[in-house]
Amino acid sequence: MTVPDNTGHDNPYDLLSADDDDHRWAFGTGFTDPLAGVDTTVPDGVDAAALARHCLMLGDDALIYSHRLQQWITRLPELEEETAVANIALDLLGQARMLLARAAAADPSADFPAGTGEDRLAFFRAEAEFRNVRLAERADEDFAELAGRLLIFSAWRLALFERLRDTADPVLAAIAAKGVPELAYHRDYAARWVIRLGDGTELSHQRMQRALDVLWPLVDELFDDDLPVSDVRGEVEAVLDGVFEHAGVGRPSSAPLGAVSGLRGRDGVHTEAMGYVLAELQSVARAYPDATW
Amino acid sequence: MTGDWPLWEVFLRSKRGLNHVHVGSLHAADAEMALHHARDLYTRRNEGVSIWVVRSADITASSPDEKDSFFAPSGDKVYRHPTFYPIPDDVPHM
Amino acid sequence: MTSVEDHFEATIARNQRIEPRDWMPDGYRATVLRQIAQHAHSEIIGMQPEGNWITRAPSLRRKAILLAKVQDEAGHGLYLYSAAETLGADRADLTAKLISGRQKYSSIFNYPTLSYADVGVIGWLVDGAAICNQVPLCRSSYGPYARAMIRICKEESFHQRQGYELLLTMMKGTPAQRKMVQDATNRFWWPSLMMFGPPDNASPNTGQSMAWGVKRHTNDELRQRFVDMTVPQAEKLGVTVPDQELRWNEERGHYDFGAVDWDDFAAVIKGNGPCNAERIERRRRAHEEGAWVREAATAYAAKAAARTRAAA
Repeated sequence: MTVPDNTGHDNPYDLLSADDDDHRWAFGTGFTDPLAGVDTTVPDGVDAAALARHCLMLGDDALIYSHRLQQWITRLPELEEETAVANIALDLLGQARMLLARAAAADPSADFPAGTGEDRLAFFRAEAEFRNVRLAERADEDFAELAGRLLIFSAWRLALFERLRDTADPVLAAIAAKGVPELAYHRDYAARWVIRLGDGTELSHQRMQRALDVLWPLVDELFDDDLPVSDVRGEVEAVLDGVFEHAGVGRPSSAPLGAVSGLRGRDGVHTEAMGYVLAELQSVARAYPDATW
Repeated sequence: MTGDWPLWEVFLRSKRGLNHVHVGSLHAADAEMALHHARDLYTRRNEGVSIWVVRSADITASSPDEKDSFFAPSGDKVYRHPTFYPIPDDVPHM
Repeated sequence: MTSVEDHFEATIARNQRIEPRDWMPDGYRATVLRQIAQHAHSEIIGMQPEGNWITRAPSLRRKAILLAKVQDEAGHGLYLYSAAETLGADRADLTAKLISGRQKYSSIFNYPTLSYADVGVIGWLVDGAAICNQVPLCRSSYGPYARAMIRICKEESFHQRQGYELLLTMMKGTPAQRKMVQDATNRFWWPSLMMFGPPDNASPNTGQSMAWGVKRHTNDELRQRFVDMTVPQAEKLGVTVPDQELRWNEERGHYDFGAVDWDDFAAVIKGNGPCNAERIERRRRAHEEGAWVREAATAYAAKAAARTRAAA
């Protein structure tokens, strides 16, 4: 490649290859609306309110989980992990945007203008309206918890998305299809780290086991019957057990985290951490409620 | 120092490429990690298809003949495209 | 001169590239290594002021854009450390020099980001200044550095556009948003001019660096170029540049601008800027608290290798 040899200051864009294989993203370009150009009509026979509720649950899981990963940026043990974790956070944020947009478009009771669904939902709902599982909102105390929580979350979410590729709503089916290879990568990344830490040094082994012990109470909630998919518990537990065996850690036996009068994350009843998450996430948007960004 | 990960050289063959090209290096504890890191760092924009990683220490060189590569931007993560950001035509130098 | 020295001089004279295994004078190696290392450190430290706003970004699209940008900065740092290692440096050693203050990073990152408009202004002014500096470096005489720079410039082009586009959006928005943009501009304008380094008459290394092809333009040349490019952009935005002496000089064909406060610059370089300590502390903590993770990975790799050998 020859570099232009002029003595002036190059316009940086002249140096850039104009090569354009323009791989258009199947679902529009995400300028303001991640589902731009997509037909969002809910098909006959699909319960629109239920669809909206399910998309909200899956969208909130991803949005809040991504937030916790974003908090790790500049704090990770090695620079290569910065690009890896940022990648995962970006994938989940992308899934959240599409799911929230789908929820807004499908919800027959939605009263906000078209094109602003994802942001209205992300920034202007109250805590009790968020439908994420409590696993998503937990702060990772150390890198072992980051790896363990991500393994559990992505193994579960991958199993859900694999089934949702066949769901009746074509938009949700397509979102799931796009997410499957992303989640497979996330699960693989997390599994490798659980194994390295579990079978690394004595210190890392202790931390890995302790991380799983503190996370385990949040697992049971994942298999509650909220989503229109067949039971994934067996499959997910088998995946986790396989990783644990290689890691030399034991599956914890801790009891599930108690509900509040039978209510938990999917019902909008969260842990105390959730308030702080939303205070941070929503602060600027709420400070300037009439602004466009 | 314990905990220091060795250096690996990364070679990519892009979708339209005919052969692997050296694109840089990174640190990893083992080959699997090196491949994953290479994918994250050097193919963030769907740039490469085939990745080779080799421990730097395993390379014997005479005089290097590294090539430059240009990569196609990713169509998937569209916010990485410069043309994505609508800037009025009359803003100079942008 | 010996033939390796002849070869080095001839390569420079022909504007060709010096490669890692070529002979080079010790001074050239040291200068290039310092330049690349400080550039790498700047990318990594630069993740912090902008990373500060990812979790609070006021729309999901802006959040995604900013997260991608900060991820790019990590990647740029990695490309540059990789180039530095071709000169025989060790990344762990470079990290230690950064943390101990023996090697520096760009002074601009010692300023706090105090509003979301700062994100846009950093894209516009700081990345704009960086592009002015970096495009000429794509013709650096040292091959691995030039190649890293070409890759970085390609990715950085969208950083500047996204920052400017955010500002355009805000300037067309509410009075509070416009005020935020003007305030951010007021705080980052002069530090951006300082990014080009001290004036030419106070830069003793410039001459040798230019002779070696490691530096292609002087500090003042680049600073003037930046002002000339940026003032019309400010006019299009509708923000006021905080410099009373700024005016177009028809005779020179350039903008005249006011004096930079070089005492302030010296204080920041010495470590007494608003954020120096916390930037280094964040990097130090991540590195030290992450040691057990890196050690675990190394231990696991050794065990896995031993198992493979035993099974063979």
